Amino acid sequence: MADLTSEFIGIKSPNPFWLASAPPTDKEYNVRRAFEAGWGGVVWKTLGSEGPPVVNVNGPRYGAIWGADRRLLGLNNIELITDRPLETNLREIKSVKRDYPDRAVIISLMVPCDEESWREILYRIEDTGADGVELNFGCPHGMAERGMGSAVGQVPEYIEMVTSWVKQYSKMPCIVKLTPNITDVRKPAEAALRGGADAVSLINTINSITSVDLDDFAPEPTIDGKGTHGGYCGPAVKPIALNMVAEIARSPETANLPISGIGGVTTWRDAAEFMALGAGNVQVCTAAMTYGFKVVQEMISGLSDYMDRKGMTSTSELVGRAVPNVTDWQYLNLNYVTKAKIDQDACISCGRCFAACEDTSHQAIEMSEDRVFTVKDDECVACNLCVNVCPIENCITMEQVAAGQLDERTGEKVPEEYGNWTQHPNNPSNFEAAE
Amino acid sequence: MTSNALTPGIVSGRLPAEDLVENFSDLHPPLDDHEALVAADRCYFCHDAPCMTACPTDIDIPLFIRQIATGTPDAAAKTILEQNILGGMCARVCPTETLCEQVCVRETAEGKPVEIGNLQRYATDTLMASGVHPFTRAAATGKKVAVVGAGPAGLSCAHRLASKGHDVTIYDARAKSGGLNEFGIAAYKSVDNFAEKEVDWLLQIGGITVEHGKGLGAGLSLEKLKADYDAVFLGIGLAGVNALNVDGEDKDGVLDAVDFIAELRQADDLSQVAIGRDVVVIGGGMTAVDAAVQAKLLGALNVSLVYRRGKDRMNASAFEQELAATKGVRIITNASPKAVIGNGAVQEIEFEYTDDDLQATGQTVRLAADQVFKAIGQQLGGDDLPAVERGKITVSGAGRTSMAGVWAGGDCASGGDDLTVTAVAEGRDAAEDIHAALSA
Ligand SMILES: Cc1cc2nc3c(=O)[nH]c(=O)nc-3n(C[C@H](O)[C@H](O)[C@H](O)COP(=O)(O)OP(=O)(O)OC[C@H]3O[C@@H](n4cnc5c(N)ncnc54)[C@H](O)[C@@H]3O)c2cc1C
Ligand SMILES: Cc1cc2nc3c(=O)[nH]c(=O)nc-3n(C[C@H](O)[C@H](O)[C@H](O)COP(=O)(O)O)c2cc1C
Ligand code: SF4
Ligand code: SF4
Ligand code: SF4
Repeated sequence: MADLTSEFIGIKSPNPFWLASAPPTDKEYNVRRAFEAGWGGVVWKTLGSEGPPVVNVNGPRYGAIWGADRRLLGLNNIELITDRPLETNLREIKSVKRDYPDRAVIISLMVPCDEESWREILYRIEDTGADGVELNFGCPHGMAERGMGSAVGQVPEYIEMVTSWVKQYSKMPCIVKLTPNITDVRKPAEAALRGGADAVSLINTINSITSVDLDDFAPEPTIDGKGTHGGYCGPAVKPIALNMVAEIARSPETANLPISGIGGVTTWRDAAEFMALGAGNVQVCTAAMTYGFKVVQEMISGLSDYMDRKGMTSTSELVGRAVPNVTDWQYLNLNYVTKAKIDQDACISCGRCFAACEDTSHQAIEMSEDRVFTVKDDECVACNLCVNVCPIENCITMEQVAAGQLDERTGEKVPEEYGNWTQHPNNPSNFEAAE
Repeated sequence: MTSNALTPGIVSGRLPAEDLVENFSDLHPPLDDHEALVAADRCYFCHDAPCMTACPTDIDIPLFIRQIATGTPDAAAKTILEQNILGGMCARVCPTETLCEQVCVRETAEGKPVEIGNLQRYATDTLMASGVHPFTRAAATGKKVAVVGAGPAGLSCAHRLASKGHDVTIYDARAKSGGLNEFGIAAYKSVDNFAEKEVDWLLQIGGITVEHGKGLGAGLSLEKLKADYDAVFLGIGLAGVNALNVDGEDKDGVLDAVDFIAELRQADDLSQVAIGRDVVVIGGGMTAVDAAVQAKLLGALNVSLVYRRGKDRMNASAFEQELAATKGVRIITNASPKAVIGNGAVQEIEFEYTDDDLQATGQTVRLAADQVFKAIGQQLGGDDLPAVERGKITVSGAGRTSMAGVWAGGDCASGGDDLTVTAVAEGRDAAEDIHAALSA
């Protein structure tokens, strides 16, 4: 079994699976049970300033979308930061960390955007024994209306300013948690780096309305007839999060900035994907909220089996492995030709590939009288839609047409050499250059 | 209780009332909302779906299942009922394992088809429970059509004609409508008087008058009907039964399975229905299985189903055979009845073993029997019918008979399997053809 020990910005944990700052980490009771279940670390539920705690709504906090079999795909929430007294949280953090010295305990913070507030909170958490802080510049609802959370995370100058205060008043490693509710995630990441952040974590939740009550005509979750946008998370947001992680990892400005990957991690595979795209570790919220703390055990066994299969002895060998292969569209090889191929033994003749290709793609699938489906190589553009809609895994595959072979669609031989858009004759800039 | 399983002869009350209730409860209990959603989620919404092709009434199965999945079971019911007005009964009695579910791609994929029948029942039950009849009649045409037989074929035909604006009179020889839905289908497939409720619901469309106790040869003649109406539809099923033609067939205790089933279906109190201790059912079809299983469920000690050919030739589907076996029916194949033995009433019945070509082997066996049910097929009854070939009214196209102005469908007509759903399809299609003829 591969060694999953992870070291992230100097913080050690027995595995790279941390619970993200959220309800699973809101109190000692939860965190102790999480550690017993095997989680490598936690980012404690975000703390606010000293004084009367925030209050949450007393109606529903969550909305959701589901897939087949009511599998939870996306969750949205309008919960605020911790609504328990600061003192209670600090006492509990200290007690947990004392009993679990090998686990990572990070404190998430969100206080008003002034130097004094940050200095004060950093002072208050100093003797908890926590391993680091995470600055919550991400939550998109409620706190943002009060000038905190994503209201800070959307302004790179504020990120830089607050981060530099934190580095000035604390010796703890500092992670800046980014909001995805921006246009270019590299900008806030660069600001965090300028401010002295040791790492960024992303993504926090995405502005969303999950559904509308069609009897009351109000967004869900509905509180006394009204609703507000919430923060979206869970499996549905993973693709968005993966892209944002990759953007930071491959940008020259932030290439060396450690990343804690968050957003829809549900299985070991999701975690491995984040790590391959440059995340040093991952944080999980919705999967734990859906299935309980035990899910981490599958993540641990799955990642370690995978690493064994790949001959990796440390998670650092996985981190960033896919980053060099993330590129811009213009550098994709236009001379790489594939065709869909249907495995007739696996095919159950549902006809979904046919409906998809015939109605919405390239009319490249033929259906016979007796429901045999075959791809017409002279029409197939290799869009992959049939693969995506086929209910049987690996029934349709994309087969490469080797260099030198005929591409029946174009009537031309597949070129030997790599050729991308920048080199393509149809590219207007080449056209001009030629003239 | 005066009798039990061991009491000799044909007696009632072999089982306590609560056992009877349990035995005759729904064979497939209805899906609840949650089960229906889970089942509906499994459908792949196939293109040109094979299940739909396999359905004799061409119900748009992927569409109705998707309507269930999206929380609109009433819309799903309408999709079903537009094609098959007895979609509720068909959901209960169709041998789905040899129709839609057999070809479901998830049967191919996992050996476990989408539960199409149960989902159909869920949708139609939901709609019918709300008391809604979702169809209305077109403007009156002033045309009159006589439908003979209030079974699935006749009802389906009448409903479609009424919806087109024609006035329909249904004549049925029996005192109740429904045909074999009411008198033939196994009790555990149609509980809570569903057949009658469904007929009442169907008639809500309006424009249909039902006259009971009037049949061809019993106060009606086809000539007269032809004269009095613009068109006639015959859906008279197969009212006669085949005989065994063996010695002793007339002894007491030897009955037609269909009569036994009809008695059972009409009984208000199952503990009053008499059943033998040692029951032998002769036949290999759905009727034989239903008689045998229900005899067992009434508390008969030994029930044997004896068929003259091999198991693979039995008309009863594998599912039905398995049902019989699990209920404790002993299935004996390759044995042909030779003689009914007994002094006044049957005591034993002798069979001779046959090979697969029905050749006698000379070896015989006797089974103790105080009751014998004959289930070796029904036959067309009645004179002055349109041309008949191989025991069925010859039809071409959508139920056209040899007589102008007379259509036929269901069990009495040639072509198609003898199934409720086929009868519904044929009645509906004949109605469309009649409508076209009357509109021309
Ligand atoms: C015991 C048994 C079990 C069955 N189980 C199933 C099953 O589980 N699933 C399935 O799909 N199919 C089953 N079937 C077959 C199915 O019941 C028939 O295929 C279907 O009922 C045929 O419909 P129909 O309208 O043609 O005839 P019927 O249902 O037989 O209706 C004919 C109607 O015409 C009336 N009638 C007859 N003669 C005259 C006359 N001369 N004048 C006026 N009226 C007349 C009768 O009273 C009756 O109401 C079963 C059949 C039997 C016998
Ligand atoms: C109910 C709920 C409350 C949350 N509260 C916080 C919070 O207080 N601080 C924070 O930084 N993130 C908070 N988050 C965001 C999560 O930490 C995490 O970034 C997000 O859910 C994406 O990860 P996931 O897809 O694994 O759930 C919350 C998420 C949920 C569902
Ligand atoms: S890859 Fe696209 S074009 Fe080719 S067969 Fe599949 S759906 Fe059609
Ligand atoms: S979608 Fe897949 S299983 Fe269905 S017909 Fe196409 S190849 Fe076969
Ligand atoms: S064959 Fe099965 S999966 Fe396909 S549409 Fe019919 S019920 Fe659905």
